[in-house]
Amino acid sequence: MNRNLPRRRFLQAAVALPASGLLSSAAADAEAGKRQVDQAVVDFFGADRRVRSGRVTVSVPAISENGYSVPLSVAVDSPMTAEDFVRRILVVSQSNPLPIIASFELGPRAGLAKMSTRIRLADSQRIYAIAEMHDGELWSGYGHSIVTLAACVI
Amino acid sequence: MNEQPTIRLAVPQGVLAGEVIEIKVMIQHPMESGYRRGTLGERIPRNIIKFFRCSQEGETIFEAEFHPGVAANPLLTFHMLAERSGILDFEWTDQTGLRWSKQAELSVT
Repeated sequence: MNRNLPRRRFLQAAVALPASGLLSSAAADAEAGKRQVDQAVVDFFGADRRVRSGRVTVSVPAISENGYSVPLSVAVDSPMTAEDFVRRILVVSQSNPLPIIASFELGPRAGLAKMSTRIRLADSQRIYAIAEMHDGELWSGYGHSIVTLAACVI
Repeated sequence: MNEQPTIRLAVPQGVLAGEVIEIKVMIQHPMESGYRRGTLGERIPRNIIKFFRCSQEGETIFEAEFHPGVAANPLLTFHMLAERSGILDFEWTDQTGLRWSKQAELSVT
């Protein structure tokens, strides 16, 4: 057992070294992605809207082998009654050339605030969904997908 | 593009009043993003479907707006509260205003 310890330390160090470099560039990407998402929210819902995180579930595969067609599912926690329902949902990408992917408009007749479609992803990224409730509250959630073959933009 | 693209609808049959049903729709369309280039390096112009609407006798149930980030042959799954029988209208409009539609009968018991 003891003989394995240096080997384990070496492996840990080997994994940690490149990871630290990756993390800093990933953090910069995340910052740019955050700005892109924030801007899309302002464009779509208007300025000075408070977005809270929660109540929205975004499901995308953890690994997408083909960025041309990635199954996306959005569900919002809402009773969907005439008094309490989801009005609009915006799907935004962190690093596609066009941030807004799709938007959905529903009302009490939708019965359940759950929908799915297939989207394109130009890169590994987070996909955000922001839901506007009947009273104007905004809630958001995201899913992350690693894309092995990106949807080409050239 | 085809005069009449293939449209597939999946609407459950024999549903009870008050039941929430799942509807699936798909339309055949390239959803050309406008970012791709052809073999000669020329930009392939954008050609996408912009709007989808599902309604029952004029009452909107679900609407979607598409952007180039939606994959080709857009597939949509959504839900609906089945209150009464009637005809469901499904309508797609592309960026030039061209429309395609298909109807399905919803029978609620």
